[in-house]
Amino acid sequence: MGPFMSPFNNLLCMLLGISFTVWFTLLLVFIIVPAIFGVSFGIRRLYMKTLLKVFEWATMRMERGAKEKNHLLYKPCSLNSIIAKESTSLEEELKDIRRNCSSPELDGSFDMSDAFYFCRRGIESIVDDEVTKCFTAEELESWNLLTRSNYNFNHISSRLTVLWGLGVVIRYGFLLPLRLTLAITGVGLLVVLTAMIGFLPNGRMKNFLSEKVHLMCYRICVRALTAIITYHHSENKPKNGGICVANHTSPIDVIILASDGCYAMVGQIHGGLMGLIQRSMVKACPHIWFERSEVKDRHLVAKRLSDHVKDKSKLPILIFPEGTCINNTSVMMFKKGSFEIGSTVYPVAIKYDPRFGEAFWNSSQFGMMNYLLRMMSSWAIVCSVWYLPPMIRQEGEDAMQFANRVKAAIARQGGLVDLLWDGGLKRGKVKDTFKEEQQKLYSKILVGTQEVRSRS
Amino acid sequence: MGSTSSTLLKIPNVEVLMQETGFSPAHIIRLHDRFKALDKEGRGHLCPQDFGAIKELAMNPIGDRIIGAFFSPGKETVDFHTFVKILAHFRPVDKDRPKEPNSPEPINSRSNKLKFAFQLYDQDKDGKISRDELLKVLRSMLGMQVTEEQLESIADRTIQEADLDRDEAISFEEFRKSLEKVNIDHKMSIRFLR
Repeated sequence: MGPFMSPFNNLLCMLLGISFTVWFTLLLVFIIVPAIFGVSFGIRRLYMKTLLKVFEWATMRMERGAKEKNHLLYKPCSLNSIIAKESTSLEEELKDIRRNCSSPELDGSFDMSDAFYFCRRGIESIVDDEVTKCFTAEELESWNLLTRSNYNFNHISSRLTVLWGLGVVIRYGFLLPLRLTLAITGVGLLVVLTAMIGFLPNGRMKNFLSEKVHLMCYRICVRALTAIITYHHSENKPKNGGICVANHTSPIDVIILASDGCYAMVGQIHGGLMGLIQRSMVKACPHIWFERSEVKDRHLVAKRLSDHVKDKSKLPILIFPEGTCINNTSVMMFKKGSFEIGSTVYPVAIKYDPRFGEAFWNSSQFGMMNYLLRMMSSWAIVCSVWYLPPMIRQEGEDAMQFANRVKAAIARQGGLVDLLWDGGLKRGKVKDTFKEEQQKLYSKILVGTQEVRSRS
Repeated sequence: MGSTSSTLLKIPNVEVLMQETGFSPAHIIRLHDRFKALDKEGRGHLCPQDFGAIKELAMNPIGDRIIGAFFSPGKETVDFHTFVKILAHFRPVDKDRPKEPNSPEPINSRSNKLKFAFQLYDQDKDGKISRDELLKVLRSMLGMQVTEEQLESIADRTIQEADLDRDEAISFEEFRKSLEKVNIDHKMSIRFLR
């Protein structure tokens, strides 16, 4: 057995060695070198077009199969709400009740049917409410061969199942190892090169090199995710001394924006790998990292941000004012902190195409590692980035109004719904002030009119 | 009908549910989705915290009472059937249903809607709304915006006008009588889209 195995082993080792070399050469030539120079062979776009054709075919087959078996394929009213909410206000309802009551003495006093208004509104919100919808991933109309987006599409034909199986093999067997390799390369290069640049004296050379290194590493990371990004209106790209604000859907937003321009990041210092990356990045160019304790101090945060902005040699700051990840169908309330500083704001709208992979990070459903795994095993991340014209706070406009104006512009460009709700509602409880407002309104109608009665 | 969906088949006793509540298959599917969205941990039933997580409900002055209406006394969970049956109260009244003498009253009849509203007031379920219970509801709806005296005078006047048998409490019949002129169908119905 011994001598028989040995030449076989040698052959195996040789084959493995050759395939590794081939693998790495291909990687280098087709992915890493273009990333360094910022050019693209167009492989990813070709890949995207092919995928779309496959999806169309798959959906057509499913529709045909469903019709044959008489299944209900698409969920009824999947894009509309289940109920039409009454838009009458509390005042109008109560006046209506009073009008229908017989005796004039009851006018303006409490009626037991007043509770009906609150009851109905409560039940309406149980059946359908605006906020919960924002924190679940969007539903697709066609199936993209990923089980995770398979809500209502069950086994229709064996040909489709084979295709799906093939998809799994390609994604997990080929794409995932490729992407992992790229990701490790990208992050590794970032840490090592920025640490090296940190030794240089401050000056133009350092800034130039740091810019190139950052761009290169982010581009490798973009390819690690197979992200196909279309940038619009690059003439509006953020300049030094400004603040870039964008809508937030996932941690990948940072990589997407930073692969097209250099930004100063803002964030909390983490431990572990994240912390290592943060510490080495800051050696090459000034980012704004906060200790956990400093984050609560709003004045300290504002001061550091405005100091950075005043220095025109420093890069524009990248901030996500929503404060949390939203599911990319709407834009929630912007926190006004970044709008109080008084510098030029460069709004950016990011819209993901969910057909290729759901980019939204539902942090209550899965953690960061699980999320990255899902990202790296989807087909691709396709998104569009729009650079909007810069905005400045107008005379007589306070920070909140300015924030809302910027939010409206971003929502309009990205085709997202503009909501007034606070993204913090994902985790926190509703403040009691909202309930008090309802109570105030009701009591004004009730007791207010009573005072008039008692006086007359 | 011919077309059934596989989702519908996953729900147990769905035919009985549709018959009892009068919801169409499309509505049941949508309500099932909503149930699953609220049931964040995928346990198959809802608890009071799941309802409490709905922000618009938390803002509602009588939100807690509405949540309480879903849970029968002693039970701490709501399954899908109970969920749908309670929501069925708010279907608009079927005006053109033939009156069959032996069939049970539909869940969304005027009388049942009134009973649902009555239990929002009558928390101890003794069949009467006492002065205390009325005060509690008024306090929820008005908050800290009125004084105790104003609250009591409102409660006293309401009981005086509705209480016909002079027992200092409002029974269900007295409740129903005082709301004779109110268009219950309009006030206690939600417009379900097709």
